[in-house]
Amino acid sequence: MDRAAVDSSVRSLIEPFNKKEIAIEDSSSFANDLEFDSLTVMDFVAAIEDEFDIIISMNQQAEIENFGQLVDAVTALQN
Amino acid sequence: MSEVTGPDVGPDTGPDTGTDLFSKFDPLIQQRQQLLDSGIEDPFSLVMEKVLSPTRAICNGRDTILLGTYNYMGMTFDPDVIEAGKQALTQFGSGTTGSRVLNGTYQGHRECEDALKEFYGMDHAMVFSTGYQANLGIISALAGKGDYIVLDIDSHASIWDGCAMGKAEVVPFKHNDIEAMDKRLGRIPDGAGKLVVLEGVYSMLGDVAPLEEMVRVAKKHGAMVLVDEAHSMGFIGENGRGVAEDVGVMDDVDFIIGTFSKSVGTVGGFCVSNHPKFEIMRLVCRPYVFTASLPPSVVATASVSIRKLMHGSNKRAHLWQNSKNLHAGLKDLGFQLGTDVPQSAIIAVIMPDLERGAMMWEALLKEGLYVNLARPPATPANMTLLRCSLCSEHTEEEVRTILGMFERAGKTVGII
Repeated sequence: MDRAAVDSSVRSLIEPFNKKEIAIEDSSSFANDLEFDSLTVMDFVAAIEDEFDIIISMNQQAEIENFGQLVDAVTALQN
Repeated sequence: MSEVTGPDVGPDTGPDTGTDLFSKFDPLIQQRQQLLDSGIEDPFSLVMEKVLSPTRAICNGRDTILLGTYNYMGMTFDPDVIEAGKQALTQFGSGTTGSRVLNGTYQGHRECEDALKEFYGMDHAMVFSTGYQANLGIISALAGKGDYIVLDIDSHASIWDGCAMGKAEVVPFKHNDIEAMDKRLGRIPDGAGKLVVLEGVYSMLGDVAPLEEMVRVAKKHGAMVLVDEAHSMGFIGENGRGVAEDVGVMDDVDFIIGTFSKSVGTVGGFCVSNHPKFEIMRLVCRPYVFTASLPPSVVATASVSIRKLMHGSNKRAHLWQNSKNLHAGLKDLGFQLGTDVPQSAIIAVIMPDLERGAMMWEALLKEGLYVNLARPPATPANMTLLRCSLCSEHTEEEVRTILGMFERAGKTVGII
């Protein structure tokens, strides 16, 4: 799956977690813009892992701050 | 001769005030201040002036029933335990002043490890200075860079810290979710080392892990399994070995971690295992090597206590009855509890929020009852909990008294 396809897939997966319905951009940060708490992060990561059949370890999650970085990481992991 | 000059540090602009490293704690300082400003007794600086028994103490000047001490089997005032401690203190002195691998292993440390091997029916036992250090040391030494640790999201802080220290890839799954654990194990790359970390009883809600299925799933994926039985030792399972014994999976558990600071009634931690190479852990666990060993009196009290726990089936039965009575009584009063049925000696009462939780905690203390106030981030799902842990020394009548205290306090605060 190329980056654009991963982007649209992750974009739809984030919808139920985007409670404030903010417009998602590559620079949208999970902690500040989306205001994800640790439980939301766990559920959201689990949804992505299940969709792409990958592991995003906590070590990798620590490096991912915004939407664009997540799409990059998922694109790399599923190849 | 040239003049001696100092290093070039640029123009003097006065002292740099820099960043106060404490500023990151400001939100917590404010939250705490708000709580104290409301006039509530500080739940996190209670002092016990006198301890009368495993179930009674003078707390902040009041005669108080203890219902939040993890002293499940009431061993802290057992006459045999105390006598063993006194003798060791006299014969071996007040402390070892040394690491287990240097001058800190006395006869008593060996005897304590022998008692653990017998208690669990395992080949190897290693005693640490605290339970926290046992998890920290074993997990960080076992799983290093490139290995994978799959663990429950509600794991104890000592487990998380052990994971971070070892630099393994850390993969959490939703609390007690067998399928989520199975899927994550299945995605780990071929050839990588795998450690599954579980707890028998989770201390916040007092619920038990489905170890039978989880251990089977872990073994299906070729993972090693570590189970923390801190809150089940002495109480759950036919011989008090914990949840793994209760559900019959002891043989498939590679490592059991435990503590002396709950049922055993003193302080210290341990790991038991049947792994043939286990003894090397003594040289590679940094929290074992780079700290002083337990004082002789502590290991002597632990040894006697562990041996007495092997024959504690009557006390176990009474503790179960206490747990059932308290759970049923609180449920009848209308409190919201952490589990539908009592699963351990911990009964967690869920509070609507931190403010009313603290008010309820204080109201109970004024009634003469001590429970633990647990709050985020230590709690799952940002809950505020009043955590009750029962003791085999609580009488039936005491449990009735406790229920009366909960009823009055709950009505005063407006929770029931």
